[in-house]
Amino acid sequence: MKKIRTIAELGTLRAALERERESAKVWISVSNETCARANGSDKVIAALDEELRKQGLADQVRVKGTGCSGFCDRNPMVVVFPKEIAYQRVSPDDAAEIVGKTLIKGQVVERLLHHDGKGHAVQHEADLPFYRYQKRLVLRNHGRLDPTDITDYLASGGYTALSQALTMSSEQVIEEISRSGLRGRGGGGFLTGRKWKSCREAHGETKYVICNADEGDPGAYMDRSVLEGNPHSVIEGMIIGAYAIGARMGYVYVRAEYPLAVTNLVIALQQARDCGLLGENILGTGFNFDIRVNRGGGAFVCGESTALMASLEGRVGEPEVKHIHTAESGLWEKPTNLNNVETWANVPVIINKGADWFASIGTEKSKGTKIFSLVGKINNTGLVEVPMGTPLREIIYDIGGGIPHGKKFKAIQTGGPSGGCVPEELLDLPVDFDRLTEVGSMMGSGGMIVMDEGTCMVDVAKYFTGFLQDESCGKCVPCREGTAQMRQILSDICEGRGRPEDIDLLEELGHVVQDTSLCALGGTAANPMLSTLRHFRDEYEAHIFDHRCPAGVCTALIRYTIDVEKCNGCGVCAKQCPQNGVSGEKKQPHSIDQHLCIRCGICREVCRFEAILVN
Amino acid sequence: MESEELQGIIDHYAGEKGALISVLQDLQGVCNYLPEPALRQVSDALHVPLSQVYSVASFYNAFSLKPRGRHHICVCLGTACHVRGAPRVLQEMERQLGIRAGDTTEDMNFTLESVNCVGACALGPVVVADGGYSGQMTARKVSPLLKTLGTSHEENQNDS
Repeated sequence: MKKIRTIAELGTLRAALERERESAKVWISVSNETCARANGSDKVIAALDEELRKQGLADQVRVKGTGCSGFCDRNPMVVVFPKEIAYQRVSPDDAAEIVGKTLIKGQVVERLLHHDGKGHAVQHEADLPFYRYQKRLVLRNHGRLDPTDITDYLASGGYTALSQALTMSSEQVIEEISRSGLRGRGGGGFLTGRKWKSCREAHGETKYVICNADEGDPGAYMDRSVLEGNPHSVIEGMIIGAYAIGARMGYVYVRAEYPLAVTNLVIALQQARDCGLLGENILGTGFNFDIRVNRGGGAFVCGESTALMASLEGRVGEPEVKHIHTAESGLWEKPTNLNNVETWANVPVIINKGADWFASIGTEKSKGTKIFSLVGKINNTGLVEVPMGTPLREIIYDIGGGIPHGKKFKAIQTGGPSGGCVPEELLDLPVDFDRLTEVGSMMGSGGMIVMDEGTCMVDVAKYFTGFLQDESCGKCVPCREGTAQMRQILSDICEGRGRPEDIDLLEELGHVVQDTSLCALGGTAANPMLSTLRHFRDEYEAHIFDHRCPAGVCTALIRYTIDVEKCNGCGVCAKQCPQNGVSGEKKQPHSIDQHLCIRCGICREVCRFEAILVN
Repeated sequence: MESEELQGIIDHYAGEKGALISVLQDLQGVCNYLPEPALRQVSDALHVPLSQVYSVASFYNAFSLKPRGRHHICVCLGTACHVRGAPRVLQEMERQLGIRAGDTTEDMNFTLESVNCVGACALGPVVVADGGYSGQMTARKVSPLLKTLGTSHEENQNDS
């Protein structure tokens, strides 16, 4: 693509691209992110292309691989425009029917539609209950844009915010971001405008901006999705930020575990460079800026800013004591501003729509929207973007569709390994930075893991504590030794060796680790254990005093047995048991040999009659 | 790996500050692990002490100082996968392959690893085998998955 030399030229090009898109009204989007690809979206795209060719529509209808619009559970999602008829879990075999029926005859393919709780079919994407309660700012174009085609982004208003910002002074841009009330989406919740201002005012010619895409919280994947589905929104935000702060170089530190995000980001950066949106003399304004991509090395602690910068410098990712703010001395000891993916992606929205508009969304101290990844034991798994202050109950039941298999809700875990579990009695809590902290959890980067009655809270605490022990860099003693001891005690409890004094000991240990660790990893390492103790103490007690795991998870405390009333002797479990531990006559109730059983749970998984019991 | 090839990787990052991690990532991309002679060459070329090269290579989970198997299996142990039963999947993988997570089978066919989260939580429990994602994994699906990988390996060998 030709280099764009001025802001006016960009405007002309955009207008031309918009007209071009207007004339091609009928097109098909296929979500083509990592989760969709795992379910064969590549093949669906190929099959649709082939069918369009066969049925003579290849010249008129374009099939576009797009980012995921968030309903990840139903991928591959196919949406036929302009009517926005949404089909779910489409397979390549459905292509002929979609083309023949929907495109040629104008009819819908009923069986591929979403069916709501009452069995009614929903035709249009916007009417799906999953989307109806959301307010999508950052995710607004997911499912609409081909992330590998910059013209798609331009045609949808992309880089208008940059054009606008370049006509403003740096101070005006910072003022706009400050007034919007935007707070960092990576977990810290620090005011973005204030951060920018400090960096702008810091002494020194050379300054850096960094995008933290080291999305390490397990269960949170909005940053992956934004980078895969709309990388230009992040790039545009970073260019605006760099202009405001006075940086000429930017870095994106992205997890190596996200190969598609890296690929799409690198493509997008090259296209932006080719167009003259990155590099020397951007849009003829004399502003120079470029962005480099660094892949992470699989260390959770590198999400911490000083560790991340150490890693960018090619060193071991160990956090350092922050005597001096990163804004004054960060990467290579130069003034540096670091924001996460979602924060950067919010910047163009604010410049385009204005600070007042943005600040009108959300709560008093948490403005705008937040993307949450709603996962675990929930019917509608996916990415959910809602205004700050939306009650948890609305997210779980109205958007998430509740708990699968009619099971009972137990808790929702927010904030990643540093966060905590929120129990049922607090479900009406409006979600924002401060309210979550009040109940002993935190916003973190926005992971929401739903847990039902089949989730053991002691096991969850053990899981997170183990996670943090593995990821502790080992530099400071309280974190290194404290997480190891907490994990050991929790393992003992899960394996039936818990002692009555363990609960007090855990609490004491937790507070010491919290108060004396060097960085936030250690400072919050006790949260999962302390918050589960606070809300689910009875489960700890059941493990310690009754040697019982109420949720039926801790293998040392459970036994699989067969319900003789329900077992019809079909023999499927006996065939699948890796230990040959199930026996019985054909068509007669079977039984499990407890000496052979390794509690792998395969028998329970394969039984179609719910005859395998966990005691 | 020939030392010229490694020099090519190093030259690619010439003049960049802090290129060590990127060089090691590319090196591992080619060799599948980080061989000692190559680390010595990296140390000399980048003027970074070998002790620092080693500390970086051993700090990050993504690097391996031991040769890895032909097939690479990664079980996601993210929270969403965990609550949906990922530990049982990993346990079954370990049992069938006869190795622990982080190890390689004696015949060098399989390396088994666990990862904190691959960000495909809707598919959980997820296993990434040779770059391909398998979602909604269960202990029972472990054996068929290993068989598919084994077969594709044999096919590749027959082709060559």
